[in-house]
Amino acid sequence: MEILNDLLNYLPAAIVAVGGLVVMMMDGYKAKSRLIYQTTMFFLAGALVIATYDLLYQEVGTLFSDMAASGSTAAFGTFIVVFGTFFTVILTHDYLIGVKHNYPQVYPLLMFCTVGMIVLATANDLVTVFIGLETMSISLYALAGIIRDKQLGVESALKYFILGAFSTGFFLYGIALLYGATGSTNLSEIGAYTDGSMIYWGGVSMLLVAFFFKISAVPFHMWTPDVYTGSPTTITAYMSTASKTAAIVALVLILERALPYAADQITSTMAIIAIMTMVLGNTVAMVQDNVKRMLAYSSIAHVGYLLVGLAAGTDLGFTAVLYYLLAYSLMNIGAFGVVAYYEKNHDVHFNNIESYAGLGYKQPLMGILLSVFLLSLAGIPPLAGFIGKYLVFAAAVEAGLINLVIIGVLASAASAYFYLRVMVYLYFKESKEPVKLMKPLRVYSFSLVVLAVLTLYFGILPAGITELIASYFSGNGLAIVP
Amino acid sequence: MFEEFFPIFVLIGISVFLAFVLMLISWLLGPSRPNAPKLRPYESGMDPIGDAKERYSISFYMVAMEFIVFDLEIVFIYPWAVRYQELGFGTFWAVMVFLTILTLGLFYTLKKESKNFSISKAKQV
Amino acid sequence: MAEYVWLIVLIPLIGFLINGIGGLSSEAYRKQKTLIGTIATISVFIPFLIALQIFFGMGADSEPYVARLFTWIEAGSFSSEVAYRVDQLSIIMALVVTGVGALIHLYSMGYMKDDEGYWKFFAYLNLFIFAMLNLVLGNNLILLFLGWEGVGVCSYLLIGYWYGDMAKSDAAKKAFVFNRVGDFAFLVAMFLVFRAVGSLDFDIILNNLSAFTPEITFWVAVLMFIGATGKSAQIPLFVWLPDAMAGPTPVSALIHAATMVTSGIYLISRFSSMYVLTPEAMLIVAIIGGLTAIVAATIAITQYDIKKVLAYSTVSQLGFMFLALGSGGFIAAMFHVVTHAFFKACLFLGSGSVIHAMHHVEHELEHEGKDVHFDPQDMRYMGGLKKYMPSTYWTFLLSTFAIAGIPVFSGFFSKDEILAFVFNAGMGEYSYIYFALWGMAVLTAFLTAYYMFRLTLTTFHGTFKLPSKVKGAEDSEKYLHESPSTMTIPLWILGGLAVIGGFMGVPDFFVTTFTSSDIKINWLHAWLDGVTSDSALVLSYGTKWILVAIAILIAVFATVLAYRNYDNDKGEASDAALEKRFGSLYQVWSDKYKIDEIYDASIIQPTFKLSDRVLAVFDMKIVDGFVNAVGGTVRFFGSLLRFVQTGVVQTYALVFIIGVILVLSLIIF
Repeated sequence: MEILNDLLNYLPAAIVAVGGLVVMMMDGYKAKSRLIYQTTMFFLAGALVIATYDLLYQEVGTLFSDMAASGSTAAFGTFIVVFGTFFTVILTHDYLIGVKHNYPQVYPLLMFCTVGMIVLATANDLVTVFIGLETMSISLYALAGIIRDKQLGVESALKYFILGAFSTGFFLYGIALLYGATGSTNLSEIGAYTDGSMIYWGGVSMLLVAFFFKISAVPFHMWTPDVYTGSPTTITAYMSTASKTAAIVALVLILERALPYAADQITSTMAIIAIMTMVLGNTVAMVQDNVKRMLAYSSIAHVGYLLVGLAAGTDLGFTAVLYYLLAYSLMNIGAFGVVAYYEKNHDVHFNNIESYAGLGYKQPLMGILLSVFLLSLAGIPPLAGFIGKYLVFAAAVEAGLINLVIIGVLASAASAYFYLRVMVYLYFKESKEPVKLMKPLRVYSFSLVVLAVLTLYFGILPAGITELIASYFSGNGLAIVP
Repeated sequence: MFEEFFPIFVLIGISVFLAFVLMLISWLLGPSRPNAPKLRPYESGMDPIGDAKERYSISFYMVAMEFIVFDLEIVFIYPWAVRYQELGFGTFWAVMVFLTILTLGLFYTLKKESKNFSISKAKQV
Repeated sequence: MAEYVWLIVLIPLIGFLINGIGGLSSEAYRKQKTLIGTIATISVFIPFLIALQIFFGMGADSEPYVARLFTWIEAGSFSSEVAYRVDQLSIIMALVVTGVGALIHLYSMGYMKDDEGYWKFFAYLNLFIFAMLNLVLGNNLILLFLGWEGVGVCSYLLIGYWYGDMAKSDAAKKAFVFNRVGDFAFLVAMFLVFRAVGSLDFDIILNNLSAFTPEITFWVAVLMFIGATGKSAQIPLFVWLPDAMAGPTPVSALIHAATMVTSGIYLISRFSSMYVLTPEAMLIVAIIGGLTAIVAATIAITQYDIKKVLAYSTVSQLGFMFLALGSGGFIAAMFHVVTHAFFKACLFLGSGSVIHAMHHVEHELEHEGKDVHFDPQDMRYMGGLKKYMPSTYWTFLLSTFAIAGIPVFSGFFSKDEILAFVFNAGMGEYSYIYFALWGMAVLTAFLTAYYMFRLTLTTFHGTFKLPSKVKGAEDSEKYLHESPSTMTIPLWILGGLAVIGGFMGVPDFFVTTFTSSDIKINWLHAWLDGVTSDSALVLSYGTKWILVAIAILIAVFATVLAYRNYDNDKGEASDAALEKRFGSLYQVWSDKYKIDEIYDASIIQPTFKLSDRVLAVFDMKIVDGFVNAVGGTVRFFGSLLRFVQTGVVQTYALVFIIGVILVLSLIIF
């Protein structure tokens, strides 16, 4: 039966969805929080295994009457999302216990959110994109405010919700206009359209606006610092990596399949948005004293680099973007993970950079890990962040966007300042008050070590993964920069 | 044009007539013992007079949410039911999955928020 | 079997990881010294067995086998893979590295027994073996360079192993910096090669030598050689090697005698078919090699520190090898690499054994409560050790015979072949220069035998002089003892190899002169003929035999002279006589030609002054000023932008709408 075959190709999403329902019911029937956590991990591990298998072997095709895609970018997006969720859940469990707000609802919400992300990353139709985007967003609104007796959290959740609903309106409007212009919501059918009417351009703009909001590109980024600071730290890690990955994978698919006709306009738009994003993200990050807020602005800056790759609009650019997403997920979850570790030793306000003074020596492993992730974020070889930036900029140079790259490289160079600043505090400042750090749980530090090792691995040996990604965009093994 | 819409006008006419007739019958036959709560205009159980920024009972939202979920369910099930013959048996299972998820959600809310459904407690909030 | 070559490289790395991670993470593991040592030794010994197995599966005419593991870097047209190459040349080097390496690991288990950082030491040693194997087995210049830098790092770590001592960590820094100078030239050579050929793969380079113009060939050859002068301690970059003796003695034996310092010779042999295209570069190699050989040999005569003597001897022997390379005797050079690895490792380990014993004496005297301090490496305090340390003495003596070039011992064959090739080169272009170099080489051979017997006789013959020379050390000879068996077994094995190792390269004419057959008894020559481009020997049998006779005469004469001068405690008197006879020349030798001082005056001091007076000011005022100005401006704008972030949702929505208008206008217009 075709539907069964489709379902088999959609197994990661199905497993996560069923898992989400199971843990939700367990929560309803008041199971122990630890058991719920274990069940979640069980389902996620299964999904991760199958997502890995799909990443390597799944054939390219479409599922559910062309509504969703399988293989290539879809499998890649699914893999990163499930991978990110897997580590997020480990970190979140420990973090929430640490800050004494161990709500078991967080697990079903994370699972539903992941389902939304997978749907988004594998969408082949604007309607599917919309369903994925909304499933993801609604869960994220709830997750942002999961610690509901903290004012900051509730405030951020509400802000996120209001602005998110606002952007959803634009997205629906965009779909409606595109449907009006082209008579279809299917990506390839939209891509066949070559008759630029005002309605078409309006639809393209609205679609882009909605995506810019979701990935927090300037000037649609205003919610990001507030929400990222207010949310529980590991959830912030999740929001800034998995949700962006899903949205950008969907965007790559839309740009590649549905909007090749609009490529020139999109390139110029993306370039300008990218410049604004990189410059604003990096400059404002410099003056932040709150590490979490600094990382929020840094994640805006990283979206800028990703937009550089999208602006290139070539196969090379898309490959670079997908690689960057992988690298960025690894290092950003890692960085937030260590920040969460420091935070849970104290309270939520333990994010001021002053309080990091001398922490590098207290728990050497955590200090080293944070340093690795920050160096990778700053783009220092031989870490994955460097290769990511290099690929993105190389693709843009290839596409002739020299000015964009010059600005990008300068902004990236400036970013080293605020990343290294944290390390200066970690290692070269004396702490004013004695700080006691508890020993991290073994699984906690182990998963961070795994992330760090992968960051290093993909920095030193990027060839395998870039070749894999490059094969998504052209049948004939395109010569890719490392 | 008028001819095409004639049945609709007939329908409107009949419904207006029926409404009046029913109200008339209940006014004629029912007992009438008015008191203050009965005379208040009905607005979903809320006090209609006073400041609009009043705090609502949370159970109000819970029930509203349950309602909307099942309201939306109709939107999906109705077109499916109408076109069932053409859509075939596969869609039957699709709808079953949908209903199962909804039912699970219902159970969850019942389990989780059962205490909020009790009116007497809700009043104390 | 050759497809398992990756195991040879991988196993030492695993050993390094086990000991490194275990030692780092667990206090208890660090105390398991036997376990640590065994793991480290085994993880070099197993690769040796694998290499041996591969070696036995090969013939002199086997095609090179390349094990391609994975693509490492791919950038445009540039691609580099991790691939290991098994051919006649690399397997010989791999055998030497793992074989001698395993013996020295075993030796270190005894020598480093009481050291605190035992685990660290063995982890570094394994890492070194890993890097060295990458150097010799890598199939492209990138991997070779990785190993090249890797051994440099390990050398740095191990020279400065006792980093608490300022002089030792300075020696480590010196070695590193001098190596970096050479590496720079090597890198430029790599760039040139890549520009000309478009690949760094050995096969592709060597099959496309026609892509080079003569100038490029010359410069690549010279730059590679400059790289080699750094790593293999040749003029002008050799000064780091004597200082490198600050490291533990097994390190000196492994890295600074047997393996790392020969990597320059390996590199040039690997590219021999390129070098033969450019006789000028060959001449430069020969001149530098010949000069180094004699300069180092003259310094060695005047030294009293036994490790320093051996260090200068190593520099001198390396010079010999480069002389051979420059004369077209690539196989001869490799032959000397192998025999030198045997006898020099044995000599170093023997000196380690002596130092170990002398340390023990100092230690025991301290136990007695006597505050006696002396330099345990100074041979003037030794003498007569033959009686107390028979194994050390006999192996040391055998190796001395080998290095001196006494017939039948291994050094005789290899050195003789080098001399023959230098003389042979004199028959071709630049004949006078090569004949002069031959003369220098003969003189060096004489000096070598002389200072080596000076060292052996002063140390082991005569009487133990410590009691008479140092107050409070009376009767201290009772504390002298032979080293444990973990140290003497490697000594005997290496000593045995030093004796018989030469038979792998007995010249063919030894037989063909007397029989009419043209039998090939020179196994090594036959083995390496396919992978190197040796010059042909044009000498007649008569000339060859005369050369052999000269070599034997020189060696025997030097030995007899040294025996007369240094046996029976006559050492210091003879040195004084020598100093008197040569006067200021002797002074120059013992001052090591003042090369360190020249470096100090010409490079180090001016650099200090420049950085102090000019660069520091430039740095503080202009660079820092500029950086601060940029940073300040950015921070200013950053704080301005921060005000937009009000926290009010309405503002956010407003900015959102502005963005929508922006995107719309960008897309539509």
